[in-house]
Amino acid sequence: MVPLSWYLVFAAALFSIGMFGVLSRRNAVAILLGIELMLNSVNINLAAFWRYGDVRLMAGQVFAIIVFAVAAAEVAVGLALVISVYRSRNTVIADEIDLMKW
Amino acid sequence: MTGEQIVFLVVAFVTLGSGFMVVTTRNLVHAALWLVAALFGVAVTYVTLNANFLAVVQVVVYIGAIAILFIFAVMLTRKDLRDQGPQMNKNWWFGAILAALTFGGLYFLLQGWEGMTKTATSYPVSFDAISELGSVLVSPSGYVLPFEVASVLLVAALVGAVYVAFNPRDTRK
Repeated sequence: MVPLSWYLVFAAALFSIGMFGVLSRRNAVAILLGIELMLNSVNINLAAFWRYGDVRLMAGQVFAIIVFAVAAAEVAVGLALVISVYRSRNTVIADEIDLMKW
Repeated sequence: MTGEQIVFLVVAFVTLGSGFMVVTTRNLVHAALWLVAALFGVAVTYVTLNANFLAVVQVVVYIGAIAILFIFAVMLTRKDLRDQGPQMNKNWWFGAILAALTFGGLYFLLQGWEGMTKTATSYPVSFDAISELGSVLVSPSGYVLPFEVASVLLVAALVGAVYVAFNPRDTRK
């Protein structure tokens, strides 16, 4: 069986990759792609802790399902915002969306 | 090294490679397709963890809905896809350093935790995780409240997304 540490290091690496995407991409859709990677790495951790703890306690899997629902909601609203901004400002570059900058 | 470990390592490296392509590819449609590969790798990881329901939900919700939604969004904002400018902002090296520091810090923290080397107890033979999950999700002594809050959140997100993306000036019916 795979030790728990492998899952945790794998999830940490995936989280860091997603974080790099969020911090360095210019396109707002690409930033949301990075957020998806980060949410997935968190879900790997939750499932791993469920499996390596007491499998009869379902809290880990329930939490992972809540994260699925929140991720779906976040993507729907985030992409709607991106499309709305693209319509009014004709750009999806995050640096150029500076309406509220003073 | 057992077969399970080899499977895990192959899946982990494929997933990390796909994730790296997601954040570095220029073409956003390709990035969304690499995201599908990474999400599929995560689904296989759930299978290795005996979390079968999560694996199915991962394929249906993430790959079937979210990744397709991303591809649609990329196509609807297509003008910037042909953008020849840089895909990374000018502080990308700062993001890379911060991501490396995050990974290093997490790795360091995990090394100092005594639960790191824990191996899983064998999976109970007569235990049906899916029916157990279903019953705790709707039982009042379990997780019915977070479950209902999640459904309210999904309805709110649905209405909000339609409202935000709706274009009243568009007269084409």
